[in-house]
Amino acid sequence: MANRHLLSTADLSVDDANLILDTAEELARVADRAIKKLPTLRGRTVVNLFFEDSTRTRISFETAAKRLSADVINFSAKGSSVSKGESLKDTALTLEAMGADAVVVRHWASGGAYRLANAGWIRSSVVNAGDGTHEHPTQALLDAFTLRRRLGSVAGRRIAIVGDVLHSRVARSNVHLLATLGAEVTLVAPPTLLPLGVDGWPCAHSYDLDPVLPKCDAVMMLRVQRERMSQAFFPTEREYSRRYGLHAARMAMLPEHAVVMHPGPMNRGLEISAEVADSVRSTITEQVANGVSVRMAVLYLLLGGAESAIGNDEKGSAR
Amino acid sequence: MSADNSGYDYVIKGARVLGGEPGGVYVSGGVFVESAPQGARVIDGDGCVVLPGLVDLHTHLREPGREDAETVLTGTRAAAAGGFTAVHAMANTDPVADTAGVVEQVWRLGREAGYCDVRPVGAVTVGLKGERLAELGAMADSAARVRVFSDDGHCVSDAALMRRALEYVKAFGGVVAQHAQEPRLTEGAQMNEGELSGVLGLQGWPSVAEEAIIARDVLLAAHTDSRLHVCHLSTAGSVEIVRWAKSRGYPVTAEVTPHHLLLTEDLIKGYDPVYKVNPPLRSASDVEAVRAGLADGTIDVVATDHAPHPVEAKDCEWAVAAMGMLGLETALSVVQRTMVETGLLDWAGVADRMSVRPARIGGLAEHGRLFEAGAAANLVLVDPQASRVIEPKGLQSLSRNTPFAGMKLPGAVVATLLHGSATVLDGKVVER
Repeated sequence: MANRHLLSTADLSVDDANLILDTAEELARVADRAIKKLPTLRGRTVVNLFFEDSTRTRISFETAAKRLSADVINFSAKGSSVSKGESLKDTALTLEAMGADAVVVRHWASGGAYRLANAGWIRSSVVNAGDGTHEHPTQALLDAFTLRRRLGSVAGRRIAIVGDVLHSRVARSNVHLLATLGAEVTLVAPPTLLPLGVDGWPCAHSYDLDPVLPKCDAVMMLRVQRERMSQAFFPTEREYSRRYGLHAARMAMLPEHAVVMHPGPMNRGLEISAEVADSVRSTITEQVANGVSVRMAVLYLLLGGAESAIGNDEKGSAR
Repeated sequence: MSADNSGYDYVIKGARVLGGEPGGVYVSGGVFVESAPQGARVIDGDGCVVLPGLVDLHTHLREPGREDAETVLTGTRAAAAGGFTAVHAMANTDPVADTAGVVEQVWRLGREAGYCDVRPVGAVTVGLKGERLAELGAMADSAARVRVFSDDGHCVSDAALMRRALEYVKAFGGVVAQHAQEPRLTEGAQMNEGELSGVLGLQGWPSVAEEAIIARDVLLAAHTDSRLHVCHLSTAGSVEIVRWAKSRGYPVTAEVTPHHLLLTEDLIKGYDPVYKVNPPLRSASDVEAVRAGLADGTIDVVATDHAPHPVEAKDCEWAVAAMGMLGLETALSVVQRTMVETGLLDWAGVADRMSVRPARIGGLAEHGRLFEAGAAANLVLVDPQASRVIEPKGLQSLSRNTPFAGMKLPGAVVATLLHGSATVLDGKVVER
């Protein structure tokens, strides 16, 4: 892969994206083995640097790194650098001094990962594990991986992304990646939850969910935070749920083969009903499992060599 | 004011006065005179342009309170290096300049430094809180003789309070300089709202938040028949509103910053907080509109909004970084690049927008004078043929947050005279 960091899916070419997905497919087979571990990243250090709580994402990256035999350090740096604690810069210098090979960073500020990678503080590879309301590239990659497995391909598929697009890093990363892979994406949200200038994005958008559903191959529901209500983005939870929630009656409008996705954590009863979340169409737990394979692929490609991921010796020359 | 330090008489030889024909400018006893004084020092102005000393209506000198970012001394040295002979020191210091005591302290520090006439701006409301009027009259009557009042950094968003402030300052010929920013529309705002803010996931600062306040305020200025000055206007819509207000004869003036004349929001793609400023960098069409507005006089002045910050306030994540940019030492070069080289203004126009009009708005009788005999000898000699690459480390300011770092800009200040005394000679700040 040409990139040293994974900061945004907008930086990935079709070939980059397919290489990651193909590698993830290869690595997924490891999960079926009795011994799930490969020696690929033995002796390399991966730091999970989390400025914001996210147990699911951290565990997923930790599992991925450990299956590749990397040493993993979890560094939780909660609280902002304005209020208390170390600045991002000092944390970065510390990690640099410790010799981290890759830093997986979750940050509450948009651009946090970009800044860490480009401010000249560290030399290690940076993987964006979610930055503010900007991007969450590995989530988009695992979504694409899930779509490929369920639908056979991503190119030409119609995918609706529904909900709080304005505040969603998942939506941004998916729009870039799915467009690159040739899917037709439609964002569905109330006008208050679509960013200004969305017309320039490589996707369509609609304020209305029902007309979109019958043409979908997949529908991706986004988490809606209840506090958005108090900021007048929508009047009540019930109204949001009625207009944009996915419940059984709406699910019936989807074509037979269509799948329902959610990046988690879900608000059951708000953007998605329990019946839908637990239905056979739902890929939600599959997405979690696929997350590990995709993150293994990303770490392998950023830190490892060019040879096959499985049966590779521990020699890496990416740096 | 600093005439005690004048010492010498000067002849500026061969410089193009206001960009016109080469001629002589003569200085004796701190004022302009009609012929060369005996024994005067000669400054070679060949190929240079001589302008009245620049006047900045919008400077953050940070003292008292944030002497780690700038002091009156370092800020006025920066001002002199940029060709300024007067600056208006904004009120958002710590303590806030909302009493006669604080404005007199700043004014006195300016006199002691001796690099620039420092005119303190008084806060409109106590502590910049937007709740009740500060003692505007006491500041006006103080030794600092405050005439410009502003809560800059904050908007006087309460319409009733703004109305009263406009009315009240009429008693002493004051002007209210408004930082136009509707607070509810800009909560948590990080950059110009547009396509790019959506892509970058940074909360938008919409044009309408500026324009709505300006629209309200020009109507209040008309209603109260009192002077309104619009700080750092940044959008095409704001230019339209001010143009309309002026066409109706309303007592309104406006300023634009050098950075809004040159830079656009595209620079934010790398999340480098050196580009974080309030109001934010806007789109290319806004830049075009503010240039046109400055050219046709809708926008009266270029004001720097010089906002020094220590390194750590910018060497961090975008969201936690401080807003603001250095401006004093690059302002004239940026104006040359954006207005003179483009043919939008000639040098006489630059003198008008950077000296004559800001001096008039601020009520500075000794500045913005066009070399007439007997007027205070405040001038800047600039070499428009020179060019320089901006090096943060080479700046006089205590801070380094210039958005022009590494950029090649035209023009260099050769000399600055303040009340007939050189603050800059041969392109170097004179030690005193």
